[in-house]
This record gives sequence, structure tokens and C-alpha cells, in this order.
Amino acid sequence: MTHHYREQIKNIANKYGNDRGYLMNIAQDIVKEFGYISDEMVAHVAEILNIPMVQVRDMVSFYSFLPRKPLGKNVIRLSNAVIERMKGADEVGKAFEKELGISFGETTKDNLFTLLHTACIGLSDQAPGALINNVPLTNLKPADVPQIIRDIKAGKNVSDLPQARVLLNLKKEGEVICAPLESGQAIRNALNMKPEEVIAEINKSRLRGRGGAGFPTAMKWDFCRKQKSPIRYLICNADEGEPGTFKDRVILTEYPDLVFEGMTIAGYAIGAKEGIMYLRGEYAYLLDNLEKVLAKRRHLGLLGENICGREGFSFDIRIQLGAGAYVCGEESALIESAEGKRGAPRDRPPFPVQKGYKNEPTSVNNVETLCCAARILEKGGEWFAKIGTKDSTGTKMLSVSGDCEHPGVYEVEYGITIENLLELVGAKDTQAVQVGGASGKCVAPKDFGRRISFEDLPTGGSIMIFGKNRDLLECMHQFIEFFIEESCGWCVPCRAGTTLLEKKFRQILDGKGTVQSLAELRRIAQTVKAMSRCGLGQTSANPVLTTIYDFADLYAERIKEEDGKLLTFDLQKAMKVGIEASGRTMEGVK
Amino acid sequence: MSKPVVATGHFTGCFGCHMSILDIDERILDLVELVEFNKSPINDIKHFTKPVDIGIIEGGISNDENAEILMEFRKHCKILVAIGACALTGGVPSMRNLVPLKECLEEAYLNGPTVKSENTGIIPNDPDIPVLLDKVYPCHEVVKIDYFLPGCPPSADTIWNALVALLKGEPLNLDYELIKYD
Ligand SMILES: Cc1cc2nc3c(=O)[nH]c(=O)nc-3n(C[C@H](O)[C@H](O)[C@H](O)COP(=O)(O)O)c2cc1C
Ligand code: SF4
Ligand code: SF4
Repeated sequence: MTHHYREQIKNIANKYGNDRGYLMNIAQDIVKEFGYISDEMVAHVAEILNIPMVQVRDMVSFYSFLPRKPLGKNVIRLSNAVIERMKGADEVGKAFEKELGISFGETTKDNLFTLLHTACIGLSDQAPGALINNVPLTNLKPADVPQIIRDIKAGKNVSDLPQARVLLNLKKEGEVICAPLESGQAIRNALNMKPEEVIAEINKSRLRGRGGAGFPTAMKWDFCRKQKSPIRYLICNADEGEPGTFKDRVILTEYPDLVFEGMTIAGYAIGAKEGIMYLRGEYAYLLDNLEKVLAKRRHLGLLGENICGREGFSFDIRIQLGAGAYVCGEESALIESAEGKRGAPRDRPPFPVQKGYKNEPTSVNNVETLCCAARILEKGGEWFAKIGTKDSTGTKMLSVSGDCEHPGVYEVEYGITIENLLELVGAKDTQAVQVGGASGKCVAPKDFGRRISFEDLPTGGSIMIFGKNRDLLECMHQFIEFFIEESCGWCVPCRAGTTLLEKKFRQILDGKGTVQSLAELRRIAQTVKAMSRCGLGQTSANPVLTTIYDFADLYAERIKEEDGKLLTFDLQKAMKVGIEASGRTMEGVK
Repeated sequence: MSKPVVATGHFTGCFGCHMSILDIDERILDLVELVEFNKSPINDIKHFTKPVDIGIIEGGISNDENAEILMEFRKHCKILVAIGACALTGGVPSMRNLVPLKECLEEAYLNGPTVKSENTGIIPNDPDIPVLLDKVYPCHEVVKIDYFLPGCPPSADTIWNALVALLKGEPLNLDYELIKYD
């Protein structure tokens, strides 16, 4: 047995030149081959690459898509993100449990199926969704489940199941992202300028990053370009892990050329020869097509050596597949992950533009940002700057999900009010709108006049709508559970703080909180926000902090105070074991 | 003006914290001048006879009697101060929390090496003895606690300074040495 896979692991490692930087790819290939990566396999990898075993185990143990124990032949990952649960994911989950006779986290006796939960898989507009053997299934109903299982047992390919179709759901096309582009046009325009002039053109457009932080793109490229180093890298952040975001899915499906065009222009501007697209593991099903587009572009001379005939400008792109970790969307964690390590954020400074991938200057840009850059080179910075608002130029791709008639992706001009957006998507009786995903802000109706923009309500693209019948605080609680799951564990305020926050919040939701617990909840939330090391922890208390004032009534109605007696303490329950162990009865005691 | 009323309570602890209260030496004479004592092991008053201004409690909560008396304290005391590691965290007695109660009892009364012979032990079940709780709880998990004084035990000076500050309604400034434990 041992020898049999040792050889195969050797071949896999060989395929990547026995390069430690490809450790993640090696582990992914091993999982693809054997279904898991055991401690023994880890030891082989370490030996072959001549690195300490802990380095390999450290990486492998971090990612949820790198199982260390054998899973069933078919792995079902049902998304339990907030919107999915609103749309019935729990019932679908029960149907799977019933049909397979196992609970979540278990494998059937015949080793045919493993049933797991996973976070948002970028399909909230067609929820509930699941990945079965990495193939996405959408709009699942409990009644579908028996047939799905029967079909798979009968040997049918998952991709041939009727539920295995991802709707594009592009509901509104704007003029920046969703417009036709003649491949190479923007690159040729860029090559007619000096790299500095390309950056100046982007500067004219006042483009800001679409990934969340809203950093001016021209400034980022300029910083990167000015670093004294012969080697620089460009990374496209296609990790799209923020719950309720799926606009990059649509862009990568419908406009991959625009993304690669933007990456190539960025490479030219900052002086990089190599670009990496970091694609979240949940989007593995997009990989084949993306590779095809890359091959076509190489064939057309839009990638590779001497691009568009320009002597000396070479640039190529490789796609790095992630393995199911939200924190890897954070740029420094993403870089660590792309280097084949566990995805823990780095200390900053130095910033990625100073020391990024392989410690060289690196610009990390969101998928949509790069699309905007390509369009700007096609149509000009001034044209772009006329769209949107003063501080938020251009359009924004919004992923809209939840309680509305037309969930999907909308390309809207920056500055649209929540009110207008709700009308556009057919939402009625809205209780709250979550802008910017779990880490964003929960907006109350009194603020529906506010605008989607960097200066007012920023969002990486996630818009989740909660109708008036939803238990809003339960949804917020699920967000916190998500952060607990996704915390990388490096720093205490986030690792322990999110759990403390969840416990206190649960107490209140269960009607066991006092006025004091509310104050404690606020205090924990503020500590987690102020003391955490990276953006994940710093925003993980937002579900509480952005509802505790604007939705104070929802908290107040659950708070009780009974002469200092805490409702969390249940004396009867605490006595139960002692009474049973000594053979006494409750009647005997007061 | 009538004197402020103080009560002290002892739960699952070693009485060390109470010894520390007594350790204020001759200041105890001042204390008797300053306050009136109600329920306390020091004077052996068993039941509250009037509302109390400050309650001082030692020890964690390990059985139903502890829990009920602590709730009495909460009911009668305007301010409740937990002192010592046992009251604050469960302390040494809470080491049993690592083992399920049933196993603890079986080891102590049925299977332990000091149980005389097999099948003769029984787990005490007299209705008069308190029922052990599933684990030892810190006081603040049972009732609301207003102030905490850490230490095992907190020193006499810590307790004295805290009490005086509370009685005078002044802010409490404890010297670093008084609250440094490592
Ligand atoms: C926890 C966390 C997750 C993130 N996830 C993403 C993501 O999925 N996609 C993304 O583009 N940016 C994400 N970001 C922001 C990136 O760190 C970075 O700011 C962004 O990729 C920069 O690109 P931009 O300037 O084009 O916006 C995340 C940040 C944090 C703290
Ligand atoms: S805040 Fe959370 S995710 Fe970020 S470094 Fe700390 S533990 Fe890791
Ligand atoms: S804290 Fe220390 S002194 Fe006080 S009761 Fe507990 S063990 Fe005894």
C-alpha cells in the first residue's frame, strides 16, 4: 500500500518541479487522486520536497478542502450560509440525512457518501445550493434529494443531474463591466503609452478597489512600480468569499477576457511578468473554461512573450486554486496561500506592494477592479470618471440575494440609494438590508435613503435583503458563527473573542440575557473590533455592532432582569446528575 | 445615623478568605465601630434579619445549598462583592469540573482504592446532605456580582481598602502589589 502511493506522490511532486512553493497544488492533486491526504502521505511529501513534516501538516490542516481522513466516494457539501438557510437549506440538509441515514460530518457505511456543511459557495441567488464532488447544484428542494442520491448510486455523473446548472442571473447590464470588448483592444491602447502613462490614465478615472477596502488603484500600482526590484507580481483576487457575494462568479463566467485583459494591463503598468489568479476552491468548476480562455489568449498573442508584437513585454497568467478558507481573500493571507502555506495574514507593514508574493512587490487587485482598468484603457479615464459619484466613480456589480423577487447580479452606477435598489430588485416589506456581507453593515429602513458608495455605504458587492418576517438577530448570530469557523486562530481577540461574543449573543437570543449581558456583549464586540490583527477579526463583531443601536428594540424585547438572579443558571438542571448518581429523587429535595 | 450593615458568606472554599478578613488585625476594632454585622460565620448569625448594604462572599457554588444561599445574599444585599479565586473562578474545588460528576462520585465512594471491599460502598444519599451540582460554578454565573477581588486569598489590606472605599463611596485605588499575582 505504502509503496503504491509513494510513487504517485513522487510523480505529482515532480510535476511541480519538487518546488515547495507549489505545496498547495501538490496537496490538492493528492486529494484529487486519493480523496484525502493522510499523515503518512504528508510524511512522504515532506521527504520528497526535503522540508520538515510540520510545514506540510501546518498547511494541510488549515484548509477545509484538504481532508486528512478518507471521505466517501461522493462528497456532498451543503452550503449553510445565511441566505441558503433562509431559502430552506436546513430542510434540504435533513432530507440528505434521512436519505443517507447519516448526520452531517459522517460517511455512509458503504463509503459512498460523505455529508458536510460549507460556508457560502457564491450561489445565494439560486439557494439552497451544494457542491457535490465540486460540481455545483442549485435551487435544491428536499423532494429532489432521493432522486439525486439514486442517480449518483446508479453511476450518473453529478454534472448530468438536472439541478447541476448555475444560472447566470445577470439582471442588469451596465456600461463598464457588461459591455462587449474586442480582445486586445485595451492592451494595444495601453502599449501605446508608457507604463507611467497607463497609471496616470487610471488615476484620471479615480478608480478605487472593488474588493472591499476601496484603495485607489493607481496609487497601489504606482507604489508597486516604484519599488526597487527587478521582479514584481500581479495577483487577481478571485477568492470571493464574503457571504452573499457572487458577482465575480458572473464576471468570470461571462467576461473572463475582460479580467485577463485587465490583468495584462496591470502587469504592464507595474512591470510584472507573472500574474496569478487566485480562484476560490468553490469555483473549481470554472477552471476548465478559464484555462481555455487563457490558452486562446496565448494563441492570439495576448499573453506570453512579446505581447501584441511589443518587443520585450511578456506576461503570463497562472491560476492558483484555493481550498475553502474565507480569510484567504485577505491579500496577505492570499499571498501566503499562493506560496503554498497556510493562509494566515501577515503583519503589515511591509505591505504587499513592498513585500508580497515571494517577498517581491505585488499588487493584489479584485476581479472587478481589473475589469474596470481594462475598460478605462479602452474608453479613457475621463469617460469613466463621469459615471457614479465624486468619490466613487464608475459602476458597481452588486450581488443581490434574500427576500426579493429578482435575486441576481446588477451592474449599477455608484450612488444608487438602497430604496431605489430595493425597487429595482422587487423587494417589499424589507426589515433590513445587509450591505457588504457578514463583515458589512446591517442597514435599517430609516437609512434606506443612503447611497451605495465609498463615501456612504461601501460594499464589495454583497447585498442581502431580510424581509419583515425574518428573525434578524438569528441571522446576525449565524454571521458570527461563520467568523468563528473562518478565524485563522492567530490572535486571541479574534480566536477567543468571536466565541465569547457568540455565547453572550446566544444567551440574549435565548431570552436569558440581562441588561448587564447587553453591556457585556457591547464590550466584547468593541474589544474584538479594536484588538484583532486583520480585517476578519476587526469586522467580525459588525453583525452585533451594526444592529445593537439601530435595532435596539429587537434586543430589548429579549432582555429580562430578575433581582440579579441570572437566567442562564438552571439549578434543577445543574442538580440532575448529582441526584441520579446518588439514587435520590427530585421530590426529596426542596 | 444607623451604621451600614455588612454580611459575609462562605460557600465552597477553604475559609482562607474569611481568615484574611480577620487578618486585618487591630483594625477589626475600627470595623466593629464602623459597621454592623448581619448574617456571617464570624458571628454565627444564620439568617438575614434585615436588608444589608454590603455582602462579601467566599467560595464557588458546588451544591444546591450554596446556590440557594447565594440567591438569598443577592436578595438581601445592595452590593455583592465576590472575593478570592474560588468565588471568582471556582478555584481549586472546580478542578473536579474536568471529570464528570458521576465518575467523581463513583471513584470516591464505589471504586476508589480506599473503599473497603467491592460492592459495599454507596454514594451518600441522605436527604439532609446537599446535592452536588454537575460542576462547580463561579458566583457570577449564578447571580449578578457587583465587585470582584482576586487573590487566594486577597490580602487583608486589599479587603480592608475595598471595604472602606465602598463604605465611604470613594473610588478604590489598590496598590499594584495588592493585586499582582504571578
Ligand atoms: C477577511 C477578508 C476577506 C477578503 N476577501 C476578499 C475577496 O474575497 N476578494 C477581494 O477582492 N478582496 C477581499 N478582501 C480585500 C483584500 O484584502 C484586498 O483589499 C483586495 O483584494 C484589494 O483589491 P482591490 O484594491 O482591487 O479592492 C478581503 C479582506 C479581508 C480582511
Ligand atoms: S483577526 Fe482572526 S483571522 Fe485575522 S489574524 Fe487574527 S485570528 Fe487570524
Ligand atoms: S480563594 Fe483561596 S483562600 Fe479563598 S477560599 Fe479559595 S482556596 Fe481558600
